[in-house]
Amino acid sequence: MNWTLPENIATYGGKIDAVFWVITIVTAIAFVLVEVGIIWFTIRYRQREGRRAHYTHGDKNLEILWTAIPALAMVVLGIYSAGVWADIKGRESAPAESLHIGVRAKQFEWNVTYAGADEVLGTNDDFTIRNQLHFPANEPILVWLEAEDVLHSFFIPQLRVKQDAVPGMTIPVWFEATRSGEFQIGCAELCGLGHYRMRARVFIHEQADYEAWVGEQIASRGQTGEAEETELATAASAPEAADEPASTHDHSAGGM
Amino acid sequence: MEAHAAPYYRGGAPETGLAVYTQKVGMWVFLCSEIMFFTGLIGSYIILRFGASETWPAPGEVLNIPVTAVNTFILICSSVTMVKAFAASETGDKRGTRLFTLATALMGATFLGVQIYEYRELLHHDFGPWSGLYGSTFFTMTGFHGFHVFLGVVCMTWATLKAFRGGYDGGNYRGLEVLGLYWHFVDLVWIILFTIVYLI
Amino acid sequence: MATIVAQPTGVPVVEEHHEMSFIRKYIFSTDHKVIGIQFLFLSLFFLLVGGLLAMMMRWQLAWPGKAMPFGGLFPEAMAPGGIMLPEFYNSLVTMHGTFMVFFAIMLLLVGVYANYLIPLQIGAPDMAFPRLNMISFWLAVPAGVIALASFAVEGGAAGAGWTSYAPLSALPEASGVSLGQQMWIVSLVILGLSSILGSTNYITTVINMRAPGMTWMRLPLTVWALFITAILALLAMPVLSGALIMLLFDQTLGTHFFLPASGGQPLLWQHLFWFFGHPEVYILILPAMGFASEILAVGSRKPVFGYKAMVGAIIAIAFLGWIVWGHHMFQSGMNPVLGTTFMVSTLVIAVPSAIKTFNWMGTMWRGNLHLHSPMLFAIGFVMLFVIGGLSGIFMASAPFDIFIHDTYFIVAHIHYVLFGGALFAIFGAIYYWYPKMFGRMMSERWGKIHFGLTFIFFNLAFFPMHTQGLAGMMRRLYDTSGYTHTADIQDTHLLISFSAFALFASGAIFAFNFFWSMFRGERAPDNPWNATTLEWQTPSPPKHGNWEEAPVVYHGPHEYSHPDVTDKDWLAQNERPDVVSPARH
Repeated sequence: MNWTLPENIATYGGKIDAVFWVITIVTAIAFVLVEVGIIWFTIRYRQREGRRAHYTHGDKNLEILWTAIPALAMVVLGIYSAGVWADIKGRESAPAESLHIGVRAKQFEWNVTYAGADEVLGTNDDFTIRNQLHFPANEPILVWLEAEDVLHSFFIPQLRVKQDAVPGMTIPVWFEATRSGEFQIGCAELCGLGHYRMRARVFIHEQADYEAWVGEQIASRGQTGEAEETELATAASAPEAADEPASTHDHSAGGM
Repeated sequence: MEAHAAPYYRGGAPETGLAVYTQKVGMWVFLCSEIMFFTGLIGSYIILRFGASETWPAPGEVLNIPVTAVNTFILICSSVTMVKAFAASETGDKRGTRLFTLATALMGATFLGVQIYEYRELLHHDFGPWSGLYGSTFFTMTGFHGFHVFLGVVCMTWATLKAFRGGYDGGNYRGLEVLGLYWHFVDLVWIILFTIVYLI
Repeated sequence: MATIVAQPTGVPVVEEHHEMSFIRKYIFSTDHKVIGIQFLFLSLFFLLVGGLLAMMMRWQLAWPGKAMPFGGLFPEAMAPGGIMLPEFYNSLVTMHGTFMVFFAIMLLLVGVYANYLIPLQIGAPDMAFPRLNMISFWLAVPAGVIALASFAVEGGAAGAGWTSYAPLSALPEASGVSLGQQMWIVSLVILGLSSILGSTNYITTVINMRAPGMTWMRLPLTVWALFITAILALLAMPVLSGALIMLLFDQTLGTHFFLPASGGQPLLWQHLFWFFGHPEVYILILPAMGFASEILAVGSRKPVFGYKAMVGAIIAIAFLGWIVWGHHMFQSGMNPVLGTTFMVSTLVIAVPSAIKTFNWMGTMWRGNLHLHSPMLFAIGFVMLFVIGGLSGIFMASAPFDIFIHDTYFIVAHIHYVLFGGALFAIFGAIYYWYPKMFGRMMSERWGKIHFGLTFIFFNLAFFPMHTQGLAGMMRRLYDTSGYTHTADIQDTHLLISFSAFALFASGAIFAFNFFWSMFRGERAPDNPWNATTLEWQTPSPPKHGNWEEAPVVYHGPHEYSHPDVTDKDWLAQNERPDVVSPARH
């Protein structure tokens, strides 16, 4: 059994994990206080011959005390959480200099659009790869998240990122990885019968490797076009979906 | 409750309940639920209209405002006759009770008739619930209001028959008062709907 | 009978008793007690159905792709060769939630006990509108039948989750379900109407039908909780009905409310659903809190600690319940600034919940605790509700919700609140009021065994789900084995599934006790628990009309161990002070 969170590879992930630990400590104190109290009362005051319960309707001071302490704790927690929330999901929180990537979810796949040679998303030389998200470590990434058919949710546990993809909306999602490696995108919002297998591979490269990878993609596309992409898609981790046609090249992420 | 009439013990058992008869309390409570129903519909309308990418047709572009304005006037008049019917039954005016219940039922039915005519005209011009968000919200909101008027007319027809059989004679006004609350509520909803759907 | 020492304290009620046919008496009855018992059988049936669906899900999660026991009984469209299909799993997820929330817990709390208890506890002969009451039961029955029948239609039952998020729920081509989803909608619209009519009745009854002397501050906490719950249902249900009808129109009339392709807004559904849904969550817990408060007072032989604070907390929770719905939507694409607002209002709700918890502990403090089955379940309720309440704080914090939103953490949370909370209180309530309903006692020994097993296996089944959520396991997955980050939690699935089967099996002990006691249980005295509230001051079971004489109320609701009363440790609400003792209330 697992008792803690998975490895954190996001720059802001430490803030989220800190919120977790703060809440864990606060709730653990309340938990122990209440549960031990109840068990102790149950044993201590269990029915005895000749015992008569203490007649009382309550105590105003106690009421004030146990209203004020939780209220104070919640206000502090609220202010603390609000700051972290604004840092991560606030409309202005994404770093100005980020690498832009388009992600368009549909039943049951993730189509990832990269800026082509011009390094600008939403132009004709963009290229799209199904079920593979590549990006460099140690650089802020800004994903423009869209959905084609129904709700999906873009979830990479180690990156501490989750955002619903809503048809009709383009939602910016940013993150920055602290190390390279291979991970997975999962779909966290029920999206139909293939919800459970709607996943994609995430490749986080070192900066130089990423540039090399992009160069390869542009070069191979220049020569062979669609063929390369189909091959890549087949290599993706969702073999059930591999026989479906891949997305087209000319797709562009809106809302830029 | 009968028990309220004669408190047995005079040593401090306060009376409970409101000084309003139960059916009336019940109708007020029920109308709170109705308010939330229409709040949900109207709230959705506002969110959809002001979040919409499509341009909303100008007032009068699709809908026939003069006809509906007359219809609105008829519905307002029916509220007046409803009050008259209630007042007549309260004072024991048999003829007035019959006359005004009948008038209310007829005006409600007229409103429905005009609304059906309006729907037919719109559908004839290929404007239906499928016609964009405008059509979706228009037909859903006015349709549900119409359904409420329909239920009101059914009840008013029943009340009219009861009035002609003397069911409200002798100051028995409660049925008409409770029904009147519903009728006025449906009227009020229409005034709001007419304003936001037709005029704005 | 011997336990009643009160002098007759009321005026004779003139009730005409006609001999009624079997149908008028037991099928189309207008007696609130019969209707309450009808709701009891109906909702226990749906509790069983919902439980069976859960067992099937647990089988699939523990042994994905293995044929189910008795799997051969299922048609090809659900489980060919006994192996569950993903679309059938989605239907199970959806209908388990729907049955449990709307047809089991909500009907058990409100349908059964609001009907049965409100008139008895406030000293009224019946509901304000008995015929309306009958109609609300007979609307709930077809609603349940339609929901159940949807499994049999082409495409199967609804599969978009109990929340039926649009556009999945609005697009048959995306979900593969068309008629099943429409039946789900119609079923809930009918149930909503039943609930609205019922709530109108409960509210009017409490406002206008209280016995003389039954002032607001003398109402038992159960009545307070049910009254506030009825207000929530009255105001929340119509919003759901409106949203459901829009969803139905999107499917059938071609409207575009939730369809983005034509300008509609998927998030509008979520706003409407949760504007209803969060008050609904409190509909599902407030009455349970009321039952627990009352049983704890009876079992501890003490007045409820901080009665006024308890009433205030109920009202505060109900009020705050209207302004927190957005905490279900932190990651939905809603404006993050709104997220901050909803986070603050949500955290504030922890305060009245804490007040209630501490007051329950205060009620037990220095009491004389009779640990009978109802009391055990009430104590269990507090212990488990606390866990559900505390785990809610993790999700209320928007930044941490980024990680646990839509994971098994929320599944654990909802089950701690709805099973550990609501259902434990319901079991307590069933053991507690059973003697009044059926005139016989349930077996104490089997009640305690039922409690012990349920408590143990409940925790073994649901606590590990927190850890799965922290590992990042998403909810509503047909097969969790395909993700690298969930690969090493398959053994946890086994533990949960075995515990869930045991939990379900311990329900059989309850079922046996319930039906066996109905015929073979010990005959119940009028007031087996020496309780103070009015329902215990009338025969078990009470006759039609409830009272030989209308009661007059002189005391607060939970006067136990009053120092001026020396021959016993309780003071019935309708005992005349000049007869018993010069009590101060």
